[in-house]
Amino acid sequence: MAPAPTVGVLALQGDFEEHLDALDALDVPAAPVRTADELARVGALIVPGGESTAMAKLMDAYGLREPLRAFARSGSPVWGTCAGMILLAERIVEGRPEPLGLIDMLVRRNGFGRQVDSFETDVDFAGLDGGPFHAVFIRAPAVVEIGPAVEVLARLDDGTVVAARQGNLLVTAFHPELTTDRRLHAHFAAMLAVRA
Amino acid sequence: MAVTNGKETGTYQVKSGLAQMLKGGVIMDVVTVEHARIAEDAGACAVMALERVPADIRADGGVARMSDPALIEEIIATVSIPVMAKCRIGHTVEAQILEAIGVDYIDESEVLTPADEQYHVWKHDFKVPFVCGCRDLGEALRRIGEGAAMIRTKGEAGTGDIVEAVRHMRTVMEQVRRVEVMPDDELTAFAKEIGASIELVREVKRLGRMPVVNFAAGGVATPADAALMMHLGADGVFVGSGIFKSGDPSARGKAVVKAVTHYQDPAAIAEASKGLGEPMVGISTRSISAEELLATRGS
Repeated sequence: MAPAPTVGVLALQGDFEEHLDALDALDVPAAPVRTADELARVGALIVPGGESTAMAKLMDAYGLREPLRAFARSGSPVWGTCAGMILLAERIVEGRPEPLGLIDMLVRRNGFGRQVDSFETDVDFAGLDGGPFHAVFIRAPAVVEIGPAVEVLARLDDGTVVAARQGNLLVTAFHPELTTDRRLHAHFAAMLAVRA
Repeated sequence: MAVTNGKETGTYQVKSGLAQMLKGGVIMDVVTVEHARIAEDAGACAVMALERVPADIRADGGVARMSDPALIEEIIATVSIPVMAKCRIGHTVEAQILEAIGVDYIDESEVLTPADEQYHVWKHDFKVPFVCGCRDLGEALRRIGEGAAMIRTKGEAGTGDIVEAVRHMRTVMEQVRRVEVMPDDELTAFAKEIGASIELVREVKRLGRMPVVNFAAGGVATPADAALMMHLGADGVFVGSGIFKSGDPSARGKAVVKAVTHYQDPAAIAEASKGLGEPMVGISTRSISAEELLATRGS
């Protein structure tokens, strides 16, 4: 039997260890990805929380931009959390950093304000059994517009989109890796299992 | 903590969570808007806005206070990454001012002249998170008990000498490893010995690590220094004087960032270390008299 495909976590900067721990808790094989060679060895990728400006600079400095685009366009599952969502977006209101331009949405950075406005709340996540998901938003981005191919998975009470999917691409404005609820990591691992 | 429309703000989770977003990154001291741009462009995950870097504070002497809020606001308006700023140890009102102008993190810092030689700020009362310095686990857990959501080593700021940061990180990590395997019936005596609450010592044992993110600070001057601190277990690195007191801040900033990301890859650190020009002029901490040491302020 072939070994189970590995979920990579982009490990340039941010809370990649928390994602690796979450996958480990589910017994999903996982590995950090810092180079194009390491990217070639995984079947799916999480782009973690962190500082999107720093991560974008490092992506360019280390020649990862095109390999990441090719990886996502080949149909491999990619999940962006917070900064990861900014990087996967088609467009950013502020114009910088330059995103990967993969999922058809317009995103505003720090869309809910500065750190003192960071918050936690429960959200209903479409298709997720077991009740609402407790979501932690830290200097989180806000989705301003979405394209017709994007399926909304969760909204705040005021209607703001905070989770969405377009084919193999999953984005959440919040951080499931910061809490102990592993349902979304299991959901993402299942996207890889379906493909494999 | 406040609750509006089912949203809870200012929780310990969102305060410590921002520190988690900074992991694997470099936080750079900046004194001008131009510095802030250079730092952001070099890949810094946050900047510390202040009027003088620690090397200049050390050289100038006198009383070092919170920076002009106008300068901090200018820097906030310039960069998209989080902006931190320093208040004096125990200076609750400087902290309130920094919260009011919207800084993302407050460093209650021994680099400034302490306002209170006995007590620190009660940080639980703030919505903005705090980072504090430590020399050992007891000091770290006392600060966390007061509400700090992130810890850094004190090192010896403004020297370019890494030896104190190494000593402090080694001490914290060694104590964490001891607690991890310590029998439960020895924890109370250990908590008393290090001056920390038993609850937080038990939390360290349960987690097998510090309860919050722990950065290195105080003396980092080269990419190799930064990578060394990562090897010793730091979650990331603060660079104070080391970048903007060097010959080529942009190149050195990028090199330190690369060394932190790729700290396990000596070839990458070697590449990053080439041709950076003059590092900051260092002062050996051994040559500094006891009363001029910053790390002994606040305990």
